[in-house]
Amino acid sequence: MTVIAESIILPERRGTAGRLSDFFWRHPHVLLAVLLGPPLLWLGIVYLGSLFALLLQSFFSIDDFSGLINYEFTLATYRQLLSETNLDIIIRTVTMAAVVTLVSALIAFPIAYYAARYARGKWKVLFYLGVMLPLWSSYLVKIYAWKLVLAKEGIVTWFFEKLNLLWLLDAWLALPVVGGNSLSVSYTGTFVVFVYVWMPFMILPIQAALERVPSNLIEASSDLGGTPAQTFRYVLFPLALPGIVAGSIFTFSLTLGDYIIPQIIGSSRLFIGQAVYAQQGTAGNIPLAAAFTVVPIVIMGLYLWMAKRMGAFDAL
Amino acid sequence: MRSEKSNRAPLSLKIAAAAGLAFMHLPILLIFLYAFTTEEKSYQFPPPGLTTQWFGVAWDRPDVWAALALSVKVASIATATALVLGTLCAAAISQTRFFGRETISLLVILPIALPGIITGIALRSAFSMADIPFSFWTIVLGHATFCIVVVYNNAVARFRRISGSLIEASMDLGADGFQTFRYVILPNIGTALLAGGMLAFALSFDEVIVTTFTAGQQSTLPIWMLEELIRPRQRPVTNVVAMIVVVVTFLPILGAYYLTRDGDQIAGASK
Repeated sequence: MTVIAESIILPERRGTAGRLSDFFWRHPHVLLAVLLGPPLLWLGIVYLGSLFALLLQSFFSIDDFSGLINYEFTLATYRQLLSETNLDIIIRTVTMAAVVTLVSALIAFPIAYYAARYARGKWKVLFYLGVMLPLWSSYLVKIYAWKLVLAKEGIVTWFFEKLNLLWLLDAWLALPVVGGNSLSVSYTGTFVVFVYVWMPFMILPIQAALERVPSNLIEASSDLGGTPAQTFRYVLFPLALPGIVAGSIFTFSLTLGDYIIPQIIGSSRLFIGQAVYAQQGTAGNIPLAAAFTVVPIVIMGLYLWMAKRMGAFDAL
Repeated sequence: MRSEKSNRAPLSLKIAAAAGLAFMHLPILLIFLYAFTTEEKSYQFPPPGLTTQWFGVAWDRPDVWAALALSVKVASIATATALVLGTLCAAAISQTRFFGRETISLLVILPIALPGIITGIALRSAFSMADIPFSFWTIVLGHATFCIVVVYNNAVARFRRISGSLIEASMDLGADGFQTFRYVILPNIGTALLAGGMLAFALSFDEVIVTTFTAGQQSTLPIWMLEELIRPRQRPVTNVVAMIVVVVTFLPILGAYYLTRDGDQIAGASK
């Protein structure tokens, strides 16, 4: 009996590593703490700590005369945020983000649909890499490429000239709001670059959602007499919607916070990101900059909550 | 299976998909053309002539080399930090069940879910409050924070595929926890970590929004690019650098794809 018992209950391991290993086995909570400790400390202190410190500053105000921060709780900064010029910036940014998201979905859907339904084998890989490479290639290089494209002496003007359609381009630029001196200093330019840079984020979530639609559902729909348009409208689109919403989280959030694209390609009218940048930099008004950052956080919070209700997170 | 007809895409869909892909690729291809242009003062299209002299000029520019070296150093250290922290976090989340799991996975994703400018300005004001001067390490600190999620996503997907019985078998055969990690877990998650590391490197190498807030006087390659974009000094050199950046960032993406293509979730599917 004793022999068996001894061989079942192993002797303790020797050495520090062995003893440590036994200790972790007996105390899984300690192991969990050791595993989670470093990343949580990092994210908790470095990231959340700075974030809360920033948000806290939005409740301070800046002294108009000395330009120093007045460390007293006040809502004055938020009142300033809701002034007409600042509201204008917020509305402009949110509108831009919404339009960019819609157009991105329109461009991304056919690509995702083709890749999910029809592309096979080699084509599937080609489509995948064709989406991945632009998605991951350098953000600044992409903007730079558009500076080349949209420049007055660039390829777009050349193209319109060759087609004898230069009058069309000029007519578009003469329009209010979307027009400007040239494409690279107009809203049209800003919009095109936003779509270009953020649209690839939309494709893979839509593709993932479409790939999960069983093909017999489509067949059932057409067997029951649905035209392709009806099948799309009542079967495919509702099932793909969580994927579209998942992708729109990226396009919307990234457009909302961007300050480099409108600075390089666009008019002088500010977006939220630029306002934050200007307030913390040249103006030195950290409380107002902090209050400005609350806007995208609140909007994204609402957006994520809505997306979660629509089941978008399962499509990520 | 139905007839052949349903397996062929409608022409309109083909055109829309092809146009979409062309829209994504043509501007990048244009960069390759502009790297060879003889035009110095403007972005004239079509280029008046082609030359390779700008590659030599860019090669001799010390500021480009300094920016490149700083970028590589920052990306290496940020990637190494993110690999350790991301793997630890992924192991804890996937191998155990505990209260608050969902919150932690949300916390990991937050640095890239919120706009980069928020991360950037939050770090900057925290540094100034704590009187930390801007240095190489403040850049690394910011980069590592948003690189964790890339490693984490890859590692978590792979951890899900390792069956628990493998680990139990190793323990039953007398291996201690460290041996199990070294000989059973690590070989299984190795390629996922490598892919995650490559993507984290690419992300850090390219990052500009957070970096503008956490770098002092130093410029990484993206900061150098940004300055050239705002105030162009020598356009042809910028063209050449842009082209090289495109080529260099493609390599880790292709590498990460080939390392994880057999998996259930391919690396980089979400940035």
